[in-house]
This record gives sequence, structure tokens and C-alpha cells, in this order.
Amino acid sequence: MSRSPMEGLKVKLHDMSLRDGMHAKREQIPVAKMVEIAKGLDAAGVPFLQVTHGAGLGGNSIQHGRALASNAEYISAVAGVVKQATISVLLIPGLGTMKELQEAYDCGARSVHVATHCTEADTSPQHIAFARKLGMDTSGFLMMSHLNTPEGLVEQARLMESYGANTVYVTDSAGAMLTHEVTEVFTRLRDALRPETEIGFHGHHNLGLGIANSIAAIGAGASRIDASLAGLGAGAGNAPIEVLAAVCDRMGIVTGSDTFALMDLAEDVVVPMMDHVVRADREALTLGFAGVYSTFLLPAKRAGARFGIPARDILVELGRKKMIGGQEDMIQDTAMTMARERGLPVDVA
Amino acid sequence: MRKIRCALIGSGNIGTDLMFKLLRSEVLEPVWMVGIDPASDGLKRAAEKGLKVTHEGVDGLLPHVEADGIEIAFDATSAYVHAENSRKLNALGVLMIDLTPAAIGPLCVPPVNLAALSGQVPMSVNMISCAGQATIPIVAAVGAVQTVDYAEIIASLSSKSIGPGTRANLDEFTYTTSNAIEKVGGARRGKALAIINPADPPMIMRNTIYCEVAGTPDRAAITASVLAMIAEVQKYVPGYRLVNGPDFEGNRVAVFLEVAGLGDYLPTYAGNLDIMTAAAARTAEMFAERILDGSMQLKKMEPAQ
Repeated sequence: MSRSPMEGLKVKLHDMSLRDGMHAKREQIPVAKMVEIAKGLDAAGVPFLQVTHGAGLGGNSIQHGRALASNAEYISAVAGVVKQATISVLLIPGLGTMKELQEAYDCGARSVHVATHCTEADTSPQHIAFARKLGMDTSGFLMMSHLNTPEGLVEQARLMESYGANTVYVTDSAGAMLTHEVTEVFTRLRDALRPETEIGFHGHHNLGLGIANSIAAIGAGASRIDASLAGLGAGAGNAPIEVLAAVCDRMGIVTGSDTFALMDLAEDVVVPMMDHVVRADREALTLGFAGVYSTFLLPAKRAGARFGIPARDILVELGRKKMIGGQEDMIQDTAMTMARERGLPVDVA
Repeated sequence: MRKIRCALIGSGNIGTDLMFKLLRSEVLEPVWMVGIDPASDGLKRAAEKGLKVTHEGVDGLLPHVEADGIEIAFDATSAYVHAENSRKLNALGVLMIDLTPAAIGPLCVPPVNLAALSGQVPMSVNMISCAGQATIPIVAAVGAVQTVDYAEIIASLSSKSIGPGTRANLDEFTYTTSNAIEKVGGARRGKALAIINPADPPMIMRNTIYCEVAGTPDRAAITASVLAMIAEVQKYVPGYRLVNGPDFEGNRVAVFLEVAGLGDYLPTYAGNLDIMTAAAARTAEMFAERILDGSMQLKKMEPAQ
């Protein structure tokens, strides 16, 4: 076998189990379970752990579901037990606000993903600047990145860099990006952004490419990768962190994390707590295939069951209507409209 | 018949759309448009329509306020500059209709509380936000039947209809709208979410209103109240339309709306512009009618020391 071309590259893993993983658990992870998982990740040497409601700060809502505990309770509990890891949060402008970011900071968060749709970076300057003012590690997070061109993503990344982001993420929220597309985008980003600005990738496993795309990103200059234990996350989940760590080990990519410890945590703690097997089932695969926001999976299954419409049909229609992250209300709306068109009753409980 | 002479401050999407509505008013006459960019499309359109224009901000307007008899000004700038604009124009006795999320003056959603404001002589009235104008009538309609413990609204806006001011200040939009859901809509607690969608062709403005009511929802009464309120809003925004609902699940009421605009400035997808500018014009007309019939007199306000 020839030597790995990525030998010696360094990457910072950012665990999503306690944020994106909340989606897969319908926001119902108990504080004690978060603490247990966070302790394990911290001991395994994972440098960043994201902890919030699945939709981030301000996420507790009818639209996005109500979590078992408040963001402040989750963040404080986890921040109180980690020794080396940095606690991060997600903030989507239009949902979360600077007041909530201040509160998260006060609870111990020191890193933030400020997330916008991949064409709307200019809704984030206030929040990025405020995060930097607090001294937080600040990532701009370009969601649904398959819906923009490589040139467009570069332009949006430059905006976030100009607002003060020290990292810019390409966020494949629909798990729809193909590996050659990831390589092209990261090559261009590495070329266009300042050398000190890091670039990162957040994948979803809907087409089974979570690991391959993460490795492609690293090969083209990414130094941060989001992943989660056993893939616990929206849709078919994120890149499974224990698999990613193992592949990195084999390729000589330095993560600083203990792969066996991550394997144990995934197998012994996270898989047993899953409500459903997080995998590319028919509907999750549809997300990647049709380019639909991964978080729509479970609400589409619920609406489908209530109104008698196959969830796959609803997801395809949402993709056709170009609905984006945050428009979860349009799932029920679309299901009701489709039911009416099919002559099904909409007045059902 | 005499018309009340008005100035438009801000030459962006909202200010320009509002100009077209004021040009049709029987009691308001747009006389000035104020911008900060000489190349702005809004100033160009205003000049074409015969308005006087300045690109020197509100200070470019102030020397002309008395000579041109300006009595009402609409502020479509941003929350950050509104306070200063308001202070300067109130000092000259000009009533401000505030379309920024600054929310200094009383909040107004015409079908909910314009009548209640008619007995007052405020110097500034705030129009909250496009999402507030689109959703608070429904919260109030549900609240007219049963106590609303919690109301949550989601506004989906087309990317092309959202100007730089709104983009850079989404938190103000969130805070002001959430507060108004409580203060004007009557919900015990309110929460507002905004999503900017770049789909092309652009999506028509969508609004979803969730209300959690105290006790079991009275379906028939809530449905009747919501439908009646939609008819009220349609009087000044004809493209305000029920798409789905009211839907009942436990104590939750869900109403799914669409707002198409008149296409005065931006195309019809930008119903968010129309519902804001139509509400502002309707509010200003109510005050204009009172100025004209002598039941309301504007006073110059001493600048605060």
C-alpha cells in the first residue's frame, strides 16, 4: 500500500452528539445523559463539544420542539464537568439572539457556530461581531451548502470572515453534497480566505458520504470537522465520530482523540439511547437525494402519519418548493395541502 | 380637499413601496423622500414621481419642513437611527410613523388597536415589523375567544425582499415582534421567528401562527374569529390569504397564511413590504383625518435636555 497523502495533517474534531443529536432524540436528552456523554468525549480528547437544543439558542419552541431542559441548564451542567474540551453552541440569527448568546457565554460556552442559510451570510454580522467581542471561538456556518455554487460559497465565506469569524464552515445540512463538490469548494475556500482563517465541514450521512466528504474536505484544507457519536444527528445523522477517528488514524491524520474510547462511548452509551436506528433509511436517503434539510425527517414522518401522506412524498415536495432550515411549519402546511389535493380529510387529530 | 403633506425617510424597499401607496391616498400627499445614497433606486423613483429628494439624510430635510408644511413623516431607516430622526422631527411638530423596529412610540396593528389610538395624540407610532403586522391580528382573533398562554409566529420572507437594514438587525426584529405579540396581540408570552428564503422564483411571504390557549379550544368560535379577522386585514391588504387551518391539536391552534403584495415596488411575492406599508399608510390616514377635521393638533416638542 502507498503512503497516505494526508499523513501528518491535523484536524480538530467538533462533536455534535449533544446538539445535532438532539434532533434524533426529539430534543429529549436528559441533562444527566448529556453530562455522561460529555465526560466521555472530554476524556477521549475531543476538543470541541456542541451543547444546545437541536436548533440552537432560542430553539425551544413549537416550531422546533421543546427540550427536556433549557439551554442554560444543559450548557451549565456540561461546562461544569469537562476538563479540556471547549463547549460550543449553535446560533441561527432570526431564531437565536445576542441576549441568548450572552447567557450561553455566562453558562460556560466559549465557541459558537453562527449559522445562516448558504446565501444569507449578511444576516450574521451582529452575532459574529458580538461573539468575537465576548472572546469566543467563532465559526460562520453556511447551511444547506449544496444550494450554492462554489463561487457563491466563497463570496459568503468572505463575508463571514470580514465580520470576524475565525472559522468558516461548509454545512451540508441536507447530506446532499458529492465528494468531488466538497473537494472543489474547499480548494477554492483555502485559496480565497486568509491563511489564519480555518475552514470546516459539517456533513450528514444521508447519501452515506459523511466520512468520505469529511476526508475530502481535510484533503483540501479543512482543519475542523463536525461529527457525532454513532452519527447521532438529524436525518441519517452526522459523520460517525468514532469511524472518522479510525479513518484518520489509518490515514495518519492527527485528531488528538482516543479512537477506542470513542468506539466504546458510541456503542455502550449512545446506540442504546437511540429512539430509532440512525441510518440512511428510505426517508433519510430521500433527504440527501432531494436536497432537503435533514431536520425535516421526523416532523415529516409525523405529518405523514397524521394526514395519510407518505413522508417521502412530503419531503420531495418540500425540496421542490426549495424550503430551507427553519421552515418546519411548512411541513404540516405542505402535508395538509397535499392531503386536500388527494381528497383526504385535513380535519384529523 | 387639503391633503396632509408627508416626508418619507429611507429610500429602500419599504420607503419606496410606501411612496406608491401614499400617491394613491385621498388624505396624504408625499412631498419629500430622504435617502443617504444619491444613486439609490428609491430616490430616483421619487424624483420621477415629482417628490423633492435629498441624499443628505434627515438633516437635508429639516430646513424645509416648515416651508413645505410637512406634518407627518414615515421613518423607514433602521432602529439605530430612528431615535435621532424622531427627536429632530418631533421638535418641529412632525408626527412620526415609525416603520423601524425601534418601538419608541405606541405599537400599532390597525385592525387590532388603531381605534384605541384614535383618542390619543402620540408624536410617534410604531408599526412593529412586517411579521408583526401579518400575525398579530390572528393572535388577537384567537385571544378574543380564549386566553392565549403562548403565541409563536414564523415568518418566511423571500430573500430579494429583505434589504440590508433588516438583514443587519435581525435581533431587533425578533425582540420587537415578540414583545408586540404580547402587548398588542394579548398573548401572555410571545415568540417570533424569521426565515429568509432565497428560492428563485421568490416565495410569497408565508406566516404561521401557533397559539396555545387556556383550556380546550372552542373550535367553532376560534375559526369564526380568525376568518373575520382575515377579512378585516384583506380590506387593506387584498393578498392576505388563509392557506391552511385553523388546525387544532390539543390546546394548540395553528393558522397558515400567505401574503401576496400589490406589486407597487417589488413584485407580488414581497407581501411583507405591502402589509407593513399598507398598515403604516392606514395608520397615518387615521391621524390625517383627525388633523384635517381639527380634532387633533400637532405640537412642537421641546427637545429633551
